[in-house]
Amino acid sequence: MSESASNPMREAIQSAISENPVILFMKGTPEAPACGFSARTVAMLEALDQPFAAVNILPDPAIRQELSEISNWPTIPQLFVDGELVGGCDIITEMYQSGELQEVLGIEAAAPTAEEPVAVSAAEPAPLQIDNLL
Amino acid sequence: MPVSPEELKQRIEAGIPGTSAEVSGDGAHFEALVAGPAFNGLSRIAQHKLIYDVFGAEIGDRIHALSIKITALEAR
Repeated sequence: MSESASNPMREAIQSAISENPVILFMKGTPEAPACGFSARTVAMLEALDQPFAAVNILPDPAIRQELSEISNWPTIPQLFVDGELVGGCDIITEMYQSGELQEVLGIEAAAPTAEEPVAVSAAEPAPLQIDNLL
Repeated sequence: MPVSPEELKQRIEAGIPGTSAEVSGDGAHFEALVAGPAFNGLSRIAQHKLIYDVFGAEIGDRIHALSIKITALEAR
């Protein structure tokens, strides 16, 4: 048995990171964040109309443990774009305010739009459950 | 032993030479304003990791939450 095969949780997390262009590991869900830092990060992504996958790390302590091993980052939330850790709440906040987050996400400079927010949220992928991948 | 802002300030300043830190907090949630030349030229991720590395596994455990704002100073 190879080492990776003996760690299905780590494999599931790595697959989720590589398969989702924008993925947020958070406490709680985007609809019901369980921590202020996670809530603020979700709010910034939603303010940009950015679709993202979300993983709630709370159901199983092993999710957070393996995630931090992979990312070498101790805190939650963690935002990954194109497989790379962009940051936690502090970094995302600074990047949101400076416009760097929009650049990383490939969002054009804000053109005020009357677009229906409902249409955007309908396109969002369903929240991801790591447990279901095992 | 409870965590004090003063302890975090002293450990950041001792752990990253040339750095000055202002830390406020309530014993669980802390906010650190940190400035120094050690952060110059590093990515945001690498800058934050310098500070996380001072505390290791205490982050998220004994130190429940630490919000960080970093200013990179010119090296002298």
